[in-house]
Amino acid sequence: MSTLLTLAPEFASVVALPAADVPPSVPRADFSDTPIWLSAVKALLLFVFLLLNTLVVIWFERRVIGRMQNRPGPNRAGPFGLMQTLFDGLKSLFKEDVKPAAADAFLFTLAPILFATMAFVSFAIIPLGGTVNLFGHQTPLQLTDLSVAALLVLAVAGVAAYGVILAGWSSGSTYPLLGGLRSTAQVISYEIAMGLALVAVFLYSGSMSTSQIVEAQRNLWYIVPAFISFVVYVITMVGETNRIPFDLAEGEGELVAGYHTEYSGFRFAMYYLGEYINMFTVSALATTMFLGGWHAPLPFNLIGDGYFDSGWWGLLWFTIKMWLFMFFFVWLRGTLPRTRYDQFMAFGWKLLIPGTLLWVMAVAFIRGAQLGFLGDSSIAIAGREIPIATLIVIGVLLVAVLVVLWLWETKMTEREEAAAKAADVPEEIDPYAGGYPVPPLPGQRLREPSTYPALPRAGATATVVDTPTVENKEA
Amino acid sequence: MGYGIEEKLPSGILLSSVEEIVGLSHKSSMWPVTFGLACCAIEMMAVGGPHYDIARFGMERFSASPRQADLMIVAGRVSQKMAPVVRQVYDQMANPKWVISMGVCASSGGMFNNYAIVQGVDHIIPVDIYLPGCPPRPEMLLNAIVQLHKEKVRHRPLGANRAAAAKRAEEAAMAAVPTQLQPATHDHGGYVGKNLLA
Ligand code: SF4
Repeated sequence: MSTLLTLAPEFASVVALPAADVPPSVPRADFSDTPIWLSAVKALLLFVFLLLNTLVVIWFERRVIGRMQNRPGPNRAGPFGLMQTLFDGLKSLFKEDVKPAAADAFLFTLAPILFATMAFVSFAIIPLGGTVNLFGHQTPLQLTDLSVAALLVLAVAGVAAYGVILAGWSSGSTYPLLGGLRSTAQVISYEIAMGLALVAVFLYSGSMSTSQIVEAQRNLWYIVPAFISFVVYVITMVGETNRIPFDLAEGEGELVAGYHTEYSGFRFAMYYLGEYINMFTVSALATTMFLGGWHAPLPFNLIGDGYFDSGWWGLLWFTIKMWLFMFFFVWLRGTLPRTRYDQFMAFGWKLLIPGTLLWVMAVAFIRGAQLGFLGDSSIAIAGREIPIATLIVIGVLLVAVLVVLWLWETKMTEREEAAAKAADVPEEIDPYAGGYPVPPLPGQRLREPSTYPALPRAGATATVVDTPTVENKEA
Repeated sequence: MGYGIEEKLPSGILLSSVEEIVGLSHKSSMWPVTFGLACCAIEMMAVGGPHYDIARFGMERFSASPRQADLMIVAGRVSQKMAPVVRQVYDQMANPKWVISMGVCASSGGMFNNYAIVQGVDHIIPVDIYLPGCPPRPEMLLNAIVQLHKEKVRHRPLGANRAAAAKRAEEAAMAAVPTQLQPATHDHGGYVGKNLLA
């Protein structure tokens, strides 16, 4: 017991270490007035919040896709079909839970539980709003905060991948196995690019704690300075959640239903639920990292001395921003076909990862210049002090971008010229020149039969050899 | 057949309320298995399109895996070669499950009275609704689905009630007058020996 007690402060100081480097101007969420029971209540509220959101989003998705395709979508179950998701879930509960004879019973049950529970975990560190009065305690609308909160999301996503691969393996069937492998490869490759995209945000905010990242965006959302990261993140979050156009893990045309082919009833409902909660998680993380978290958008944060920018109002802005991403997911699904697996992988490994690496390097230099690591002389432009180093870094970046564009342009022109040359068709063709009948291309004439070289006759072999063929003449 | 706890309830108000909820949820969310056999399947796909929109009934989520499907629409003729496949897909579906036999071919062999076609899919799987037509129009398929909801899904008896219903059906069948003893519905003899083309 005493060892535990002596270890505890050391442990606490190790955990708190990274936070000490952060400039004190950016405060972390204050949990000093949050008793354990209040945390439990908050966890419960969070759970209910997510379940309600899921109930609405599945209906929302089907209705919006319906409208996009000029049809009403589900409208029979309850007013406007709002009960659709509820009945979907209930029906799954009342359905037989099949377990194939070849399945590994324990893992077959464990996998969906792992997947669904992991989906909820990440939300613990998402700040949903400012500090509010909850049952007489001043507490932030966030379950907990860590110095490495953003890494927790990535780690949990990695564990959730086990839910998928175990499902694929334990089903004892071919298609789930292939789907599980695909999905794992997909999650692992896209998580690298996703983590790299977030590094730019960490560099700007100087912290990995979500509450500090949100606080650091009070004046400028990171979507502006880290726009490239934002684009990469949005692409990878679609890959990460197995959604169209990257839903290769469950491509119906190839893998029946992918890793959950053998699942029915309640176990399947857990996957269904987990997938949608995952969408909420990545959307919430995008909101937190790039769209200023729960802070009010532009006109509202100026009203009444930040009245709309505090407390419970944060929940409203956060939900709106998160749902913008959900709409984006639905929009993609209503618009795009599925990509091919090799294209998807090549895109991730050959473009996203190296591209993001370069971008992170660039951000490191920009940030270093801003903080004065590269010399602190500055000049005044339009009334603002701008460090010379920043200007140099931006200049170098611009030149680099221009050089890359120029190289690319040259290559493209060359390729176009080559293509134009290859497409240069002769005006006249001999349909039997190669020995097979060939139809003329558009704009081509067939050679007149009278101009053909004389057909070889028996006993005239010598003359035929001397007669030049059509190709020879042209050459 | 694996059934859940709802099947073990005693007959009474509780079971009736559970039946009500189960029926409502099955009716509101009936996922068909992605599956088409012949020309009728084209009409079935039309039902998924904007003009007829099967999504209104919450049924646009065609399930590629039979494990998650509730309804099998046998859309088209069942060839002898396809019969084992149809039966396997049916067996892979989780209970409770329903079958619509769409078109005359699936219902009775239709115009294909030959060695290659199963003369009605009810030779291999139990059918809940027969839908005539060659092909049935999409509206007819929608009507068949609505009828299926009304007759078989919405008030499906569970547990003790199901046993009672089965018993009643059995008794009714035993008490019914055999067809050959029933009065004729029309005159078969009227045409015998006549040239109908004349
Ligand atoms: S009923 Fe008619 S439309 Fe349907 S499968 Fe048979 S021939 Fe084709």
